[in-house]
Amino acid sequence: MARTAQRLGALAATLGIAALAAAPAWAQKKYDPGVTDTEIKIGNIMPYSGPASAYALIAKTQKAYFDKVNAEGGINGRKVNFISYDDGYSPPKTVEQARKLVESDEVLFIFQPLGTASNAAIQKYMNAKKVPQLFVATGATRFGDNPKTSPYTMGWQPNYQSEGRIYAKYILDNKPDSKIAVLFQNDDYGKDLLKGLKDGLGAKASMIVAEAGYEVSEPTVDSQMVKLQSSGADVFVNVATPKFAAQAIRKAGDLGWKPMHIVNNVSNSAGSVMKPAGLENAKGVLSTAYLKDATDPTWKDDAGMKEWTAFMDKYFPDGDRTSSFTVYGYASAQTLVQVLKQAGDDLTRDNVMKQAANLKNVSLNVLIPGITMNTSPTDFFPIEQMQMQKFDGEKWQLFGPVISGELGG
Amino acid sequence: MTIEHSAEILPSREAAPAREAQPRVRGAAGSAWFGIAVVVALAVAPLFLKNFVTFQLTMALVYAIAILGLNLLTGISGQFSLGHGAFYAVGAYSAAILMESAGLGYAWTLPVAGVVCFVAGFLFGLPALRLEGVYLALATFALAVATPQFLKLGPLEHWTGGVQGVIVTKPDPPFGLPMSQDQWLFYFTLAVGLLLYWAARNLVHSRSGRALLAIRDNPIAARSMGVNTALYKSLAFGVSAAYTGVAGALGAIVVQFVAPDSFTFALSVSLFVGLVVGGVGWLPGALAGGAFVMFIPNLAEHVSKGLSGAVYGVLLILIIYAAPGGVGGLARSLGARFSQPGRRP
Repeated sequence: MARTAQRLGALAATLGIAALAAAPAWAQKKYDPGVTDTEIKIGNIMPYSGPASAYALIAKTQKAYFDKVNAEGGINGRKVNFISYDDGYSPPKTVEQARKLVESDEVLFIFQPLGTASNAAIQKYMNAKKVPQLFVATGATRFGDNPKTSPYTMGWQPNYQSEGRIYAKYILDNKPDSKIAVLFQNDDYGKDLLKGLKDGLGAKASMIVAEAGYEVSEPTVDSQMVKLQSSGADVFVNVATPKFAAQAIRKAGDLGWKPMHIVNNVSNSAGSVMKPAGLENAKGVLSTAYLKDATDPTWKDDAGMKEWTAFMDKYFPDGDRTSSFTVYGYASAQTLVQVLKQAGDDLTRDNVMKQAANLKNVSLNVLIPGITMNTSPTDFFPIEQMQMQKFDGEKWQLFGPVISGELGG
Repeated sequence: MTIEHSAEILPSREAAPAREAQPRVRGAAGSAWFGIAVVVALAVAPLFLKNFVTFQLTMALVYAIAILGLNLLTGISGQFSLGHGAFYAVGAYSAAILMESAGLGYAWTLPVAGVVCFVAGFLFGLPALRLEGVYLALATFALAVATPQFLKLGPLEHWTGGVQGVIVTKPDPPFGLPMSQDQWLFYFTLAVGLLLYWAARNLVHSRSGRALLAIRDNPIAARSMGVNTALYKSLAFGVSAAYTGVAGALGAIVVQFVAPDSFTFALSVSLFVGLVVGGVGWLPGALAGGAFVMFIPNLAEHVSKGLSGAVYGVLLILIIYAAPGGVGGLARSLGARFSQPGRRP
């Protein structure tokens, strides 16, 4: 059947060329598996069950967004068929689901599979099959830092190394003579971010006077904090996941240590980090953001956030609006729609990657103003800019310019 | 609970041969034919299936081998384990590290994984011997919970790859056989599985097997008959771990990836569930158990994505309710019904 469709596609293409000789680029219809004249089939893998099931909200938002796209006529006349499977955050299951999507459902590509280990599990398979693993939902730098060896794998959110570079830039601009202490989670996420920080400091990496790693199995980071304080550092970079980040903020308060405190993006939730850490301890803490925060009154009259609210009202009324995941899913789905629009009628896997690597100054209505997405055949990281923000004891306040943490420069 | 079921299945075959001699022979011949039919069906299946489905079948066989190992421990020697996911992980990592760091051929990693897990299981079995029933289950539970953490440890990271795990190269069919990689791995796994099943069967029917059954049914009587219970129980743990380790190695080769998140406690529970569904103490039940572990979660997800866990639970309860002895118990009661046609309409 697929072959018949291809033949029909070829016939249509021939007719199209004859009819629209003036616009040859648009007339040429080229399809890979998963595409017909009326449909684009897209795969997705999310942990709907298991320890990370909170993330499933991202895929639910994406589904709702594609419902909206379809209700408004689809993309270049084609409806999006979004097939999302559960991997329970277990890598062997991710492999099984990826193979099901590629070999059984025959999707055009897999969009936003979530998790570092899950994506690592399918990276080789996807590239061997030449099926795009597009806009992965993880910040690990390995998904995008090598377009030559993994030409079908692309990141989306700011990767950890970019984030580290952004902190380095901010410190160099604002406290060039400071001494830096770093708390980091002793795994590839923590080390990835730390590497970005060091690379960003470059020749001045010796500003880091103390580093303390912790294992996720440790109950607290108290001893690390005591050690870091005794180093006499006046800048503290907190590269920890929410529970540990909150412990560190609280401990710094208990110790009476008041450095310039930067907490990394994964732990900047006001509700789940700042509150448990004690709002008085968290006051003055710095972090970064790239998406607008739906709970921030700054955006109350913002046109972009109003569009998001209207979308949530109509297509995802049960969705949690206080969660950043609904904004995240909305933004990533919009990015995909942009790529598919650019691809036009040339819906091959190669062209999808080509267009994904050809985003030029794309802004989304939920990205912080000034942040744009840019990719090229050598740059597979769409978002590499963030803005600094400061916690005022109740909520985050954005300040300063948008800072770029571009890699490979 | 499961011990009681297991006690129903095997002893009635073993302990009362005289009374049921005639039907048993007929039943045995029937089940042998049925077994051959299942193997033939499995052998030709990949010729008609997509590579992806073949891959799923291969994974079901891999789980079946792991469950077979667990069955030797729980069904035959009467010890509990909620920690076989740990041995599965050790086997998987052994294969992955040997293939990717040491460049060993994939087939050779299986015996190595088996030996490594045998030693690990035997050593774990020694102190665990002092524990009975639920206490042993608890100790193995701790093992299952701790293993993913160990795999993330910094000093081992050079080999284990930390959280990111190890990517394994998928083997090509040898001798230029005209089949896909998935088909080859299926036949390879099937061959390994049959070999291990044959070995397990022989073990159960050997002197050692009878000693293990004796320990399960009455440890004191076994000891007074001169069975070295400590040694046999540890050996049972070792052999069981070795089976599961080989399954883990096969799993790593088939999935082409290992990471700590692949071997959480949920895996140990899945193997245990597969054991109970297949029938504790009935070796062929492992196949049914493997298929359950592999396919029922997919079915549950198909019914409802958000409630897949609940659907899975309901299905499990229904199966346990309908067939308390698992597939093994069901097969036995069906066999009994067919071999005594005069008793029922």
